[in-house]
Amino acid sequence: MNQLQNFTKGFIKDNPVFVLLLGMCPTLAVTSTAINGLGMGLATTFVLVMSNIVVSLIKNLIPDKVRIPSFIVIIASFVTIVELTMQAYVPDLFDSLGIFIPLIVVNCIVLGRAEAFASKNNVVSSMIDGLGMGLGFAFALTLLGTVRELFGSGSIFGMKFIPGDAILVFVLSPGAFITLGYLIALLNRLKKA
Amino acid sequence: MAKKESSFINMVLTLFVVTAVAALALGAVYNATKEPIAIAKRLKIEKAIGEVLPEFDKIEEFKTLPEGGKDSLTFYNAFKNGEPVGTAVRTYTDNGFSGRFWIMVGFTDGDVISGTSVLEHKETPGLGDKMKTIWADQFKGKNLTTYKLKVKKDGGDVDAITAATISSRAFCDATQRAYNEIKKEEGQ
Repeated sequence: MNQLQNFTKGFIKDNPVFVLLLGMCPTLAVTSTAINGLGMGLATTFVLVMSNIVVSLIKNLIPDKVRIPSFIVIIASFVTIVELTMQAYVPDLFDSLGIFIPLIVVNCIVLGRAEAFASKNNVVSSMIDGLGMGLGFAFALTLLGTVRELFGSGSIFGMKFIPGDAILVFVLSPGAFITLGYLIALLNRLKKA
Repeated sequence: MAKKESSFINMVLTLFVVTAVAALALGAVYNATKEPIAIAKRLKIEKAIGEVLPEFDKIEEFKTLPEGGKDSLTFYNAFKNGEPVGTAVRTYTDNGFSGRFWIMVGFTDGDVISGTSVLEHKETPGLGDKMKTIWADQFKGKNLTTYKLKVKKDGGDVDAITAATISSRAFCDATQRAYNEIKKEEGQ
C-alpha cells in the first residue's frame, strides 16, 4: 500500500465513523454544532498522530504483555496535553466540549490504530495513518455537526440564516442517531455507484 | 531490533520508564499552561461581570458559604470613582435538568437585578440552554422586594421557557440564592 492510499483510506474506504463505526460516544454527543464537531475531530487527530508516532518509535522496546497499559499511558498523556492547551487558549470551545475531551482516552480509534497499525509499521506510515484516520474522523464529525446544526438551529458554524427555531430533534440525541444513519446510507449508496 | 522479552524485570522497567516520561511531560505542560488558564478564567468572569453590572473601574471580591448550600458563592462588589455601583454574585443551583449550573447575577441598590449571565451549564441544547438568550432579559430591572422569583406555574412572576420549566425553576433558584446571601451580608 503506498502512502497516498494510506492517507486517504481514513476518509471514505475505512472512515472511522461511517465505515468502522468506532468512537460513537463523542460522535453522537458533541456534534450538535459544526464547530464542536470540528474541534473534537482536530483534538482527536492530534492525539492520534502523536500517539501513533510514539508507539511506532518504541514498539520494539515494549514487552508484549505490557503493551496495552503502555499505549494507554501514552495516549492519556497526549489527551491531557490537549485538554490543558485547549483550556488555556480556546476556553469557549473547551467549555462546550466539556467531558468529551478527557474521554478521547477511551476512544477506540486511538487505541485501535496504535494496536493495529502503529505497533506493526514504521514511523512515517504510522504518522500518515494517524493523520488520515484523524482527519477522516474530523471530516465525519464536522459533516454530522453541519447537518444537525443546519436542521436543528438553522445555522452553519454559528452563522444563522433561518430565523427562529428549526427542527429541534436534530439538536437532541435522537437527531444524532437519525443523521448518522442517513449519512451512512448515503455514503454506502455513493460507494456503490 | 528484536522485540523485548516479557520477563518480569523488563515489564517493570518498561512501565516505570513510560510512566516517568509521561509524568515529566505532563508536569512541563501543566506549568506552561497554568498562567494562560488562570487568565482565561479571569477574563471570562470579568466579561460576565461587565454584562450584568453598569460601568465600573474597581472590584472587590469575597466568598461566602450559603446556608444549606454545597459550594460557596463569590461576591464582586463593583465601584466607580470610589462610589459603589452594584454587586455581582457568582451563584449556582443544584436543581438544573442536568445537575448544577453556574450563573452571574448583578444587583444594583441591593434589590434590583441589573442583569444575568450564564457561566457554566449542561442543560439540554435547544431547550434549557435558551436561558442564555433574551429569555433572561425579563429579570432585568426587577425589584426583588416585590417581584416573586418563581415561574408562573408555581405562582411567581417569571415566564418559564417552553418545555424547560425545570431549567427555568433552577435559574430562579440560583438567583434567589444570590439574593438571600446579599440580604444576609447587608444584615451583618
